[in-house]
Amino acid sequence: MSLRLYVPADSAAVAVGADDVLAAIEVAARNRNLALDVVRTGSRGLFWLEPMIEVQTPQGRIAYGPVDVSDAESLLEAMSGNGAHALRLGAPEEITFLKKQTRLTFARCGVVDPRSLTDYCSHGGYKGLERALADRAGIVDTVTQSGLRGRGGAGFPTGIKWKTVADTNASQKYIVCNADEGDSGTFADRMIMEGDPFLLIEGMTIAGIAVGATRGYIYSRSEYPRANAVMNEAIAAARKGGMLGRDVGGSGHAFDLELRVGAGAYVCGEETALLESLEGKRGEVRAKPPLPAHKGLFGQPTVINNVLSLVAVPHILEKGAAFYRDFGMGRSRGTMPIQLAGNIKHGGLYETAFGITLGELVDEIGGGTLSGRPVKAVQVGGPLGAYFPRALFDTPFDYEAFAARDGLIGHGGIVVFDDTVDMAKQARFAMEFCAVESCGKCTPCRIGSTRGVETVDRIVQGIEPAKNLAVLRDLCETMKFGSLCALGGFTPYPVMSALTHFPEDFVPRPQLEAAE
Amino acid sequence: MTNYQKWNADVAAQVIGAHVGREGPLLPILHELQETFGYIPEPAVPMVAQALNLSRAEVHGVVTFYHDFRDAPAGRHVLKLCQAEACQSCGCDTLTARAEKALGIKIGETTADGRITLEPVYCLGLCATAPSAMIDGRVVGRLNDKKLDALLTEADR
Repeated sequence: MSLRLYVPADSAAVAVGADDVLAAIEVAARNRNLALDVVRTGSRGLFWLEPMIEVQTPQGRIAYGPVDVSDAESLLEAMSGNGAHALRLGAPEEITFLKKQTRLTFARCGVVDPRSLTDYCSHGGYKGLERALADRAGIVDTVTQSGLRGRGGAGFPTGIKWKTVADTNASQKYIVCNADEGDSGTFADRMIMEGDPFLLIEGMTIAGIAVGATRGYIYSRSEYPRANAVMNEAIAAARKGGMLGRDVGGSGHAFDLELRVGAGAYVCGEETALLESLEGKRGEVRAKPPLPAHKGLFGQPTVINNVLSLVAVPHILEKGAAFYRDFGMGRSRGTMPIQLAGNIKHGGLYETAFGITLGELVDEIGGGTLSGRPVKAVQVGGPLGAYFPRALFDTPFDYEAFAARDGLIGHGGIVVFDDTVDMAKQARFAMEFCAVESCGKCTPCRIGSTRGVETVDRIVQGIEPAKNLAVLRDLCETMKFGSLCALGGFTPYPVMSALTHFPEDFVPRPQLEAAE
Repeated sequence: MTNYQKWNADVAAQVIGAHVGREGPLLPILHELQETFGYIPEPAVPMVAQALNLSRAEVHGVVTFYHDFRDAPAGRHVLKLCQAEACQSCGCDTLTARAEKALGIKIGETTADGRITLEPVYCLGLCATAPSAMIDGRVVGRLNDKKLDALLTEADR
């Protein structure tokens, strides 16, 4: 009899030792003449419990974690015996962090073998495509009715984007998936590509059939080698299994896709810069109009959606627009895979309906800081997102609610900082990052960011602070309204929020660096 | 660490030829040239330009736009330390300073003996297990002094 183990091969699990733990367990098993049947899964997203190893029992899967190499012997003893172990977590679905979630998009992540098309199909995969094919003309309407909005951060209604492309006449249309997940604090795209890649393939296929596009590109990052490898394997498997190619699943529709990898430019996460990059050019932002929906990749009508938008689609098609729309609040419908990151006790992926408050996410679900110190600020939405103080922890996770408080939800990343953080330093970093990553096309972003760094420096050095604070505010206004894209346009969010909510950090201080 | 080939125009021509028929072939070509030689050798630029009917300036413009592409070989080991916000919240600054001190170089530089290149990276997507690092393509989470020192020792070889 062999023991079936589920061991995550997710990058974050591997980064904290999943491969080493598995190797130790394999050695221990050989010593006991115990056969193992190991399935490498993605992660369930409970990263403080990684490496989290699950064993198949007659009562279902039982999880243990976080497992260290030194636990291999005792863990194997427990798993092949009565199951008792200090690291035993019980049934993974019953762990509070997971139990309280509404996992629609991430239902299979950490459960299935991401490299197996068979596994995907036996866990409900391709049901969405089946429904889509049954009523091809109704796909766009279903997506529109579901209320799905762009999960990359802009929040534009996905169905309307699709309709625009569907209504165009062109010899070639494209589906482009923005997997250039460069925002710090976000890892949902990476997780889904590593844990359930066929879901993205299915979502893109549905988009292709809906708008009449036969080619697709996934634009991923060079910083994600594992995700890219898994994604490429899945694409090959889907092609082999007849789910990509000239006749998708025997439907008569052609759709094929390819993974392309960026080269370390943050701005390529901006959709028009991404298209330029895919075309083989410098990742410089295009002026809009024309919209990518009219003139996108190689000048052809193009649907460009974030990974998280596309992976929400199969579920919407399978269960219907109303099912998805019933989750959420206001104009933010459905679920959002929120990523709890940084200095947080229980970091990980938390998929839930819109409407949960920031305080619940950080304090209750996240358990506060990892360092045990008080939370001072949280940055929501990546490097271009605002820093929120505790006073704003009642803000519900909702596109409009965050906008009303001069913030954004972006790609759903929340980075927690404890009370040791220096907010002037964070504001300086935001400007510095913008300066490094600016594509250089528009002046407010290219020059403004550099002047921003200098101005923050002058403020903390005590050089005419009042005057320079006014300059910084004015500069932020210019960048916000004068930049071509969100890089220059949103950099003022972290800067201004730091200044507004934490003015005490901007008072001149003794310059320790100057002593060097 | 990876073994790269010495510059060879025939190999470069093969790499370029393998991608020429694709849509938007320039980035895939540059990636493979760098995977082959460890950097984008200067003599490859006119070859790429000719194959894609671009000017040398256009190819140079693309090569220099992207952080990934190198104009010279990196050290034998490449240690990337994430400098983005999630890692900042968990003390990446202190770890970076420690690595800089141990190696006697600043981040972005290579040691004089060509042993190791220390590079910043902006997000490896391991933000719930910060601070993060990548050594020769392998990811490391929850980086601390001890783990960092072990990585530096590993790169000693």
